[in-house]
Amino acid sequence: MTAVPLSLEQAQDRIGRVLRGLRTYPMLSAGLMLILLVLLISLIGPLFVPREGVQVGSAPPDQRPSREYLLGTDTVGRQILAIIIYGTPLTLQIGLIAGAIGLGVGMIFGFVAGYYGGALDHLFRGAADVFLTVPGLLILVVIATTFKGAVSVMTQALVVSALAWMYPTRTIRSQVLSMRERGYVQLAKLSGMSGPEIIVKELMPNLLPYLAASFVSAVSAAILASIGLEALGLGPQNEPTLGMTIYWSLYYTSVLRNLWWWWSPPIVMIVIIFVGLFLISAGLDQVANPRLRRAA
Amino acid sequence: MSDTSVRLGKTEVGAVGGRGDGTEVVLDVRDLRVSYVTPRGPIRAVNGVSFALRRGEAFGLVGESGSGKSTIALSLMQLIKPPGRIEGGQALLDGTDILALSEEEMQRVRLAEIALITQGAMNSLNPVMRIREQIIDAWKDHGEPVNGREAEERIHHLLRWVGLQPEVARMYPHELSGGMKQRAVIAIAISLRPKVIIADEPTSALDVVVQRQIMQTLRRIQRDLGAAVILIGHDMGLMAQFVDRLGVMYAGKLVEVSPIREMFRDPIHPYSQLLIASLPSLAKKGQFLGIPGLPPSLLDPPLGCPFHPRCPYAMERCRVEVPALELKRPNRLVACHLYEREEGQA
Amino acid sequence: MPLGYLLRRLTVFLLIVWVAASVNFFIPRLSGADPVRERLLQMAAVGGTGTGTVEEVVKSYQAKFGLDKPLWQQYLFYLADMVRFDFGVSITRFPNSVAGMILDALPWTLVLVTVATLMAFAIGSLFGALVAWPRAPRFVHVLAPPLLTLSAIPYYLLGLILVYFLAFTWRIFPLGGGYKVGTQPSWSWAFIQDAAYHSILPALSIILSGVGFWALSMRGMMVTTQGEDYVTFAEAKGLRPRRIFLRYALRNAILPQTTALALALGHVVSGAVLVEIVFGYPGVGNLLYQAIRTFDYPIIYGVTFMVIVAIGLATLILDLLLPVLDPRITYHRT
Repeated sequence: MTAVPLSLEQAQDRIGRVLRGLRTYPMLSAGLMLILLVLLISLIGPLFVPREGVQVGSAPPDQRPSREYLLGTDTVGRQILAIIIYGTPLTLQIGLIAGAIGLGVGMIFGFVAGYYGGALDHLFRGAADVFLTVPGLLILVVIATTFKGAVSVMTQALVVSALAWMYPTRTIRSQVLSMRERGYVQLAKLSGMSGPEIIVKELMPNLLPYLAASFVSAVSAAILASIGLEALGLGPQNEPTLGMTIYWSLYYTSVLRNLWWWWSPPIVMIVIIFVGLFLISAGLDQVANPRLRRAA
Repeated sequence: MSDTSVRLGKTEVGAVGGRGDGTEVVLDVRDLRVSYVTPRGPIRAVNGVSFALRRGEAFGLVGESGSGKSTIALSLMQLIKPPGRIEGGQALLDGTDILALSEEEMQRVRLAEIALITQGAMNSLNPVMRIREQIIDAWKDHGEPVNGREAEERIHHLLRWVGLQPEVARMYPHELSGGMKQRAVIAIAISLRPKVIIADEPTSALDVVVQRQIMQTLRRIQRDLGAAVILIGHDMGLMAQFVDRLGVMYAGKLVEVSPIREMFRDPIHPYSQLLIASLPSLAKKGQFLGIPGLPPSLLDPPLGCPFHPRCPYAMERCRVEVPALELKRPNRLVACHLYEREEGQA
Repeated sequence: MPLGYLLRRLTVFLLIVWVAASVNFFIPRLSGADPVRERLLQMAAVGGTGTGTVEEVVKSYQAKFGLDKPLWQQYLFYLADMVRFDFGVSITRFPNSVAGMILDALPWTLVLVTVATLMAFAIGSLFGALVAWPRAPRFVHVLAPPLLTLSAIPYYLLGLILVYFLAFTWRIFPLGGGYKVGTQPSWSWAFIQDAAYHSILPALSIILSGVGFWALSMRGMMVTTQGEDYVTFAEAKGLRPRRIFLRYALRNAILPQTTALALALGHVVSGAVLVEIVFGYPGVGNLLYQAIRTFDYPIIYGVTFMVIVAIGLATLILDLLLPVLDPRITYHRT
């Protein structure tokens, strides 16, 4: 598409269409709003809150929220507000990287298993099922404790991505399986298109809502796994990710010492992120599967 | 509008029929109207349909998909689900309007008085229950005895009646062939000896030979029971073998009701004519002509006669005035401006 | 039950056990270094009171794993050990056997996770079925949004919130642990009562955040099931709504739900491990947590293996139950 400047009416029309779309899918739009809110906090926050706040000893320990320390401080003198503002994007980053890797691998496995079937299908589906059955967190613990040392945000994302591919593999495989026999795919086959060509040109565009929903749930699963690992102390030790904040607050028994301002903000952020991602993926499901819309 | 239709129902529709003239009317449907509410407005799926059924009669309903046949079946059972709604009309079963019954009352009428063999009967059986349980389930909720020798004998008798071995009672649906499943469904449907049986495309998923056998079974049972049958479908050949009278549906309306032989020999309504002409006969084997044009949108139906956009004989009057279903020849009801009303009959 | 089906399910189970064992063997070796040995050497270097013990551990460790032998032999030895539940000894609590420590902790986890998961599954499935049922009472629709929101919160974070309000602020439940401090585990009625009381909050956090998940997938299944011909035919049979709901719609919708339960177990147990840490519950989650903090590798590997085997076993049981629920299964599944 060439970049033709939009007239005012055209722009209005486009905005109108988007707004109507949002009204048709309230779950999707509510989810997008929540995630947008989280992104805004992590984009605008740094303009007002200096990064020094996340450093140990940058403030007196165990301060209640006050005008000076808006969300209070923790036992080692870090400011909770700064932790939230600088930690949230790290957690999102881990989720996005791991989710993207998971979706990528899942797409390859899913398309190949669903389209070609046979032994490849057995192999990939079997692997996905076995690894889905296994508690991912424990495998990740084994990996993380083995490669202990200075974990960075990137290595954390890579570790988590090791188990982010199964769910996308399963969904994509079953969708491809149901599409493989449809008319237009058969037609493409007859017209001499190759397997990879059909996958890219015919299957992928039709699976777009499913792929999007798969990506969102892969991101959500990756964030869940990552904060789970971090809550066990197996995360980037020197970064203020949301999961590490939970870990330290558990480590210093913040609940029993009534330091509610320490453990509750990361939980609130995590809940917003999960609810937002959940709503987006449920909304995308509605887009992909109109049957659910009626029953909503 | 509805006043005249109701009167029509009494004076003409109710009293005209094929074989079995003069016998008692068991089901009298008057001006039935069903709509589906959509964001873009109501879809009038059934738009003022009236017909009458005699004891022991087999009545066929044909029409393109979307013409409202199946909606009639579901509304006579009061099984229309939102966004669908019965907007008006009556269905007098031995004098009682079953459309006016409460849900609890209707529940007792279903199966006991009026039974439905659902469309796609291949999947009509619960896959996780044995056939015996599925028969008995219905009896339980109709206050029939389900224990003891007598009940067992009833089940066996029922299964033999539809041409199944008594052993089938202990089987699960997936252990039966398509034809056997269909027979089991018929067994359930007739188990309380209903007065009216509605069969909605009962053989659509079966092969031709099995289809024939099933229809013969259904016919035999109908005679044994003395029940009236409404057979819904689009297979004209099946209709020719099975029904006494045939109603042709178009866009939610009945356009012609005639005894089956007359319908085939001499269809009156232009749509019926096209329908009959489109049939592959022995003479012009394999030539399925089809009917030019598309069925109208029920969301925004054309003014006047719904068929006029496709009708080869459409006149000015057809574009503005809806034709009523009237007696045009002896025993024949037609909704078309081309023909004069038959006077002096009935 | 046909033998073929049984064999297939058993193969899957053995596959899971094999994967569990191999993960523990290969991942450490992929890192190039041997973390266990490093850890032991590190402890020896720190020296202090237990130097003698550390040397003993090193000796027993080397003899056990035959580190001088080729890799494939080590692997086979390792697999043989795993199958016999011989995980060696704890590094930090030498000479306690890892198997013994796991055996002490496992019952706590098993009871907690099984009861909580089954309750979440049952309540959630019934609730989800009602949400999709047109005749459902009104309260169902009022309760749906908060329950779905709860399902988006990880178990252990919900646990943290519950502890703060119900245990710390209002003091209705104990703050943590599996039983009253100072008592010894026994089979007395008083102890069981105490243990049950301590398990309410951990169980509640698993149930509350699990219900929404099961409700959601059940709702989807019910929507599909209600469109089936056999439900329409059941209505045409003049059955009472309750019978149609239970015996026709719900009965069929629960089948894929049960398969989903088998697949979700791993996820559930991961969450439960973290719940135990929040509550200081004396199960394998806590054992694992302590082991991670002290890098006690034999325990980490042992717990991982045992939990995966337990889940494999649970999946096997579910798989064997499935044909009872669904008579078609032996024919359709391959």
